[in-house]
Amino acid sequence: MDKFNYIGQPVTRIDGLEKVSGAAVFVDDIDFGPELLYAEIVESTKAHAIIKNIDYSEAEKVPGVVKIFTGKDFPYKFGLYMKDRFIFAQDKVRFVGEQIAAVVARSPKAAKKAVKLVKIDYEPLEPVFDQMKALDKNSILLHPELGDYPHVPWFFPKAKTNIAHWRKTRKGDLEKGFKEADFILEDFYEVPRYAHCAIETHVAVAKFDYSGRLTVWSASQSPFTQRNLFAEALSPLGLSHKDVRVITPHVGGGFGGKAGVTMEILVAAISTKLKGYPVKIRWSREQEFYNTYQRLGVKAKIKLGAKEDGTITAIDHKLYWDAGAYVEYGANVVNAVGLSATGPYRIPNVSIDSFCIYTNLPPGGPYRGFGYSEFLFGLESHITRLAKKIGMDPIEFRRKNVIKEGDTLAYGAEMNPNGLHQAIAAVSKEIDSENIPKTNDPKKVIGKGFSLFWKAPAMPPNASSAAFLKFNEDGSLNILVSGMDIGQGYLTVMAQIAAEILSIPTSKIRVENPDTDRNPYEWQTVASHVTWSCGNAVKKAAIDARNQIFDLIERTKKLSKNSLYLEDEKVKSKTKPDFVLSLKDFVINGIQVEDGTFKGGPIMGRGMFMPEFSSTDADPETSQGGHPNVHYTTGAAGVILEIDKKTGKMKVLKVAEAIDAGKALNPDLVKGQVIGGIVQGIATALYEDMRFDKNGKMLNPNFTDYKIPTSMDIPEKIKPIIIEVPQPDGPFGARGIGEHPMLPIAGMIANAIEDATGIRIKTMPITAEKVALTVLKKEN
Amino acid sequence: MPEITIKLNNEIRSVNVEPNEILLDVLRDKLGFKTPKHGCDRGDCGACAVLLNGKSVRSCLILAIEVDGQEIVTVEGLSKNELTPLQKAFLENNSFQCGYCAPGIIISATELLSNNSHPNRKEVQEALSGNLCRCTGYESIIDAVLEVSKGGK
Repeated sequence: MDKFNYIGQPVTRIDGLEKVSGAAVFVDDIDFGPELLYAEIVESTKAHAIIKNIDYSEAEKVPGVVKIFTGKDFPYKFGLYMKDRFIFAQDKVRFVGEQIAAVVARSPKAAKKAVKLVKIDYEPLEPVFDQMKALDKNSILLHPELGDYPHVPWFFPKAKTNIAHWRKTRKGDLEKGFKEADFILEDFYEVPRYAHCAIETHVAVAKFDYSGRLTVWSASQSPFTQRNLFAEALSPLGLSHKDVRVITPHVGGGFGGKAGVTMEILVAAISTKLKGYPVKIRWSREQEFYNTYQRLGVKAKIKLGAKEDGTITAIDHKLYWDAGAYVEYGANVVNAVGLSATGPYRIPNVSIDSFCIYTNLPPGGPYRGFGYSEFLFGLESHITRLAKKIGMDPIEFRRKNVIKEGDTLAYGAEMNPNGLHQAIAAVSKEIDSENIPKTNDPKKVIGKGFSLFWKAPAMPPNASSAAFLKFNEDGSLNILVSGMDIGQGYLTVMAQIAAEILSIPTSKIRVENPDTDRNPYEWQTVASHVTWSCGNAVKKAAIDARNQIFDLIERTKKLSKNSLYLEDEKVKSKTKPDFVLSLKDFVINGIQVEDGTFKGGPIMGRGMFMPEFSSTDADPETSQGGHPNVHYTTGAAGVILEIDKKTGKMKVLKVAEAIDAGKALNPDLVKGQVIGGIVQGIATALYEDMRFDKNGKMLNPNFTDYKIPTSMDIPEKIKPIIIEVPQPDGPFGARGIGEHPMLPIAGMIANAIEDATGIRIKTMPITAEKVALTVLKKEN
Repeated sequence: MPEITIKLNNEIRSVNVEPNEILLDVLRDKLGFKTPKHGCDRGDCGACAVLLNGKSVRSCLILAIEVDGQEIVTVEGLSKNELTPLQKAFLENNSFQCGYCAPGIIISATELLSNNSHPNRKEVQEALSGNLCRCTGYESIIDAVLEVSKGGK
């Protein structure tokens, strides 16, 4: 095993000092001077309607109002994977809260006052909130023009329906598979929408300067994707990519909600008509809930068959997604699940249908887990239930069917190396060995639940990362990359990778937040792929710098570069032990040779990474033929849950979760992701509960009524377990782990509830009320 | 516009405020102290917490005009010389992820330790229960506070 100095060490976060001292700057903290203008949004009060007229004559009279914009000013479409959105609503609104107009004013107060005076004349259309109803042949269409929308080649919209994309995966012979089965279980599961709830809301400031260049400061996970979408959408104004600059300082949490482009397009567009002024929008907490992205809801039907000995023979998994009014990003969630809804199991006969369905609710989009939490709730519930039906221990049943390296995936590619077996063993041991003191309270029961998980990054096959690395006079290093540290510790891990290759301590490395003018390309910080993808780019950049160093030494010191190595910030030679040269002595100013001249110059490394083996070219009827997913990260989790049968109140006594990180580049940060993800997962399973009224208006867009966990709501014990089965193409064997910790939680809890009470709950969230009422119903 | 005078991070400052302006906006936009953050503007999340006469309060729920003549400390004030033992413990424990809730949590934990230098785990959880953090699951934050408490500082 290689010995590492920085890799695998619990290095202190390199952004930690900024964050605990208060020095960290977020978008809202940047001063833009007295010319700063504030935009506030006129929002649709209807879920589905034609806009007949917009009257802002009274609003214009409010002192301080500078300008009012509507859809007429910006008849441009945008979208990441499918161009189905307009900057402002055009002739139609499709969800409550959709942006119809913007008031730009000298102060937020003036803008807010004016917004209330804008009168919208609507012609109501019938809204559709239920995805199953939207599938009906006679349903009103949200997007009659769907057939004309540009989209990526791996989407299959069905024109003249509400199906924006239908991912079909077929493998083997389903009928034969079910014939071979001795036991078949078929049932429905339902998962509603959820909200990300990053503590920082979306904030964006845009300035279109007098020279015609557009700069946008945004709280985002996706600076380069934003630049690309701004440039694309605003290209009719003559903007080119080089004229658009996106600057992303520290971001106050993402969880997928700040991926892609949502409200940022508003200031980007508005500013182009207000030359010279910075224009700012800070989303309120309410807007954050209903007009960014929400996690998609899903209704799933699973049919699973197995032989008497526990071998799974077939799965038929149908998923109907409530994807909301616009699916430019959310349709890829549907796509990802359509490829992977077998879960981490070896199943010879597979049919998956994943339907992306338009509804008149806020746009569904990326959320930590990208659809996997949602389908795993049903699937992992189902796996435990089928095991019990067969009469097998649910963990043994999983062990028997779990996918192994080299097994064929549902879409025909091979499964990557993984530590699923180790994860099952480690979690079982951790849960079984826990001594639970017996309670004397007859109402209290204790259950254990178990779940596996897997997830692959969902990304275009050519999503890439790049890095520049530059030395300073004292041998310290600045690394330029364009991933975002959304909290996972990305900046620190990139420093650790460079530190390892170049023998420079992480305390001497600064990794810069992105600025698209200066930092090299990164697709986006999503999909748990940046450690893997950008980590590879940084590693290559560091090796490139090291090669330049060795070349220079060979040229000037007549030492074979093959004999050279780096140690403690110095170049050393295996063949000439007395040769030692500090990096700081030459990485900027070069090396002086015998004739008094200098050779070399500033050392600058560059590296890029693209998964050149990936492809989405596949048969649309079966998904066979491509290699859409680069690899899966896998693991297992178990819980010990105490339930008060009278009140339904649940107490999580212990969660153990094992995740195969490939190589935990920084185990402390991996554990941070695991603990944070478990707590987020428990909240979605037990009490986060989004409600809409009958007209499609969200009823609880605030933290009083949409509860997220406080410090009082955490499990009594959490045991994160790191498994390391290296990812061959990962930096030092690493693969991503950011989203995964929350994936198994809901299914695991549902299984524990059944274990304790005998009741099976198939809809989320599994609130105390739901548990108590179900127990009551069963007992009567 | 009425003028208020406050002791802010150990410095006497005077500023004109509208009667309906909240303390959070005055601190951020008129006085330049950016560590109290907007998170919910209704007292739910605690990101805007500051110390008012040593007590943790939500600056989004207080009118600036109410604090005339009183003392306010923000995280900038705590960091002025060197980090407090609490901030150091947060740093060493990698307690924060995105860091947006950090200033509010530092304020609440500072208040706790000034009233109770050796809190137990439950007391730490209770003291921080008004500060939402979506990233960490709180463990690393609670551990750091307990570490300082054990150090008896």
